[in-house]
Amino acid sequence: MMRRTHPALSAWAWLVYAFLYLPIIVLVVFSFNDSRFGATWAGFTTKWYGVLFARADVREALAHTLEIALISTLVSTVLGTLVGLGLWRYTLRFRTALTGLLVLPIVVPDVVMGVSLLMFYSFVRQGLERAGWTFDNGFWTVLLAHVTFQISYVALTVRSRLAGYGPELEEAARDLGASGWESFRRVVLPLAMPGVLAGALLAFTLSLDDFVVTYFTSGSGFSTLPVLIYTNVKRGVTPDINALSALLVLVTVVAIVAANALLRPRRDA
Amino acid sequence: MLTVRRFFATLGPGVLWLTVFLIVPALVMLGYSFLTRTDLAQVGAPWTLESWQRVFGYDALFQEWTGDNVRVLWRSVWVATLSTALCMLMGYPLAFYIARQDARRKNLLLLLLIIPFWTNFLIRVYAWILILRPFDLVPSLTATLLGMVYAFVPFFVLPVYSSVEKIDWRLLEAADDLGAPPVRAFLSAVFPQTLPGLVAGILLTFIPALGTFVVSDILGGAKTALVGNLIQNQFGQAGDWPYGSALSFLLMGAVLLGLWAYARVAGQKGLEELV
Repeated sequence: MMRRTHPALSAWAWLVYAFLYLPIIVLVVFSFNDSRFGATWAGFTTKWYGVLFARADVREALAHTLEIALISTLVSTVLGTLVGLGLWRYTLRFRTALTGLLVLPIVVPDVVMGVSLLMFYSFVRQGLERAGWTFDNGFWTVLLAHVTFQISYVALTVRSRLAGYGPELEEAARDLGASGWESFRRVVLPLAMPGVLAGALLAFTLSLDDFVVTYFTSGSGFSTLPVLIYTNVKRGVTPDINALSALLVLVTVVAIVAANALLRPRRDA
Repeated sequence: MLTVRRFFATLGPGVLWLTVFLIVPALVMLGYSFLTRTDLAQVGAPWTLESWQRVFGYDALFQEWTGDNVRVLWRSVWVATLSTALCMLMGYPLAFYIARQDARRKNLLLLLLIIPFWTNFLIRVYAWILILRPFDLVPSLTATLLGMVYAFVPFFVLPVYSSVEKIDWRLLEAADDLGAPPVRAFLSAVFPQTLPGLVAGILLTFIPALGTFVVSDILGGAKTALVGNLIQNQFGQAGDWPYGSALSFLLMGAVLLGLWAYARVAGQKGLEELV
């Protein structure tokens, strides 16, 4: 049922929206500002985009970001989907403990997760060195860390997608002669699929976006875009970083609008 | 019945992964908090309680209780509380506004809310430098607070919105019919129905606000350090891992205690719905 909204409520809502969009608009505007120091407007230019594309470190960080995001999403989607299915399928004695384990990466502050992994890696590295192995690769440490925080999101998305269906579905398939694998592939997986895809999308975005955990686990010599942006920002505002940020905002907007259009339930013609 | 074989076919790999990369690192961290710093970022014997004493305000250099770090902890709690309150002030009415639009507009407004939410966190915080610098507000505690409210408002609106969506408005009409003045009717018939979303929103805002170091690092500056900055510093310049571990453990403990209390009230289902 529709109710009219009070004018004060509408005004407040639009103020909040203005607040949410002000920094994004400022960022995009200043990425076209022909001034080394962003605070004043000195005319329109696209030169910062040129400067940005010429930077080898930006291209390298972009490649790292995408590699990590793709591989970690793949791994965490498989592991997380299996956990989600297990949560749905079995009545578990240790359900509370398992929920706790899954909730942990979501609620524990990223800084805590980052530093504990940093210490864990250092601990393992020392052990390996004593055994004569060397292990110093930012790619792997970051990849393993990303999968760790992604698993929970995938598992919980898959589980909540299946929550409406009873395990009888699987039993029915088995009664009709399907093998365990067949009933999984032809009954359970298709039902879970929207959850799997949503979980994978979420995992991918979380990986693209992550700064804190990557920062602590990457070591020196390996950086992703967020880490690169951070080190640049710490050195002072540079206009090419405005350009990079504006591009990332654009990518986000396009991705969300596309996902929204794809996921929206189709209306009958 | 869950047999060992079926366990390893479904839950096993994920549980094993989380144990290795979540539980074991937490235990390593706990162990390190009782060790001594031997060199920059190096730890070793003897085992000691010193880091834990420092967390609670003991100054190892002057060998007295000065409470310096307790002040940082206190400031962190205070800033997180204030930013949560401001998020509530902005977000609670907004959730109602969105929920009461027709389907098309609702969808559009949610989309507009999600776009900043999914835009890289670092970029959103960084953008405030551009806005606040002309006012000479970077670095300052005000800038940190503003940045936090900005970054966490969507976390607050979304759970409240899903509560508002489920409201049974007939209760409001009933209160109205029974002659309750509008404010009273709202408080007794509508507000209680939004409590689950409100509590989830508060937790989802307060926890990241308590733990963040990015916002205060970029917008705050050294004088307004929060517990996250203190931790980051121990793993950077200061290179004191035992102290950093103890601080991290304290932060994690505080968050888990809060969630445990929430789970006691809201139950298992509430905890699952939170995430």
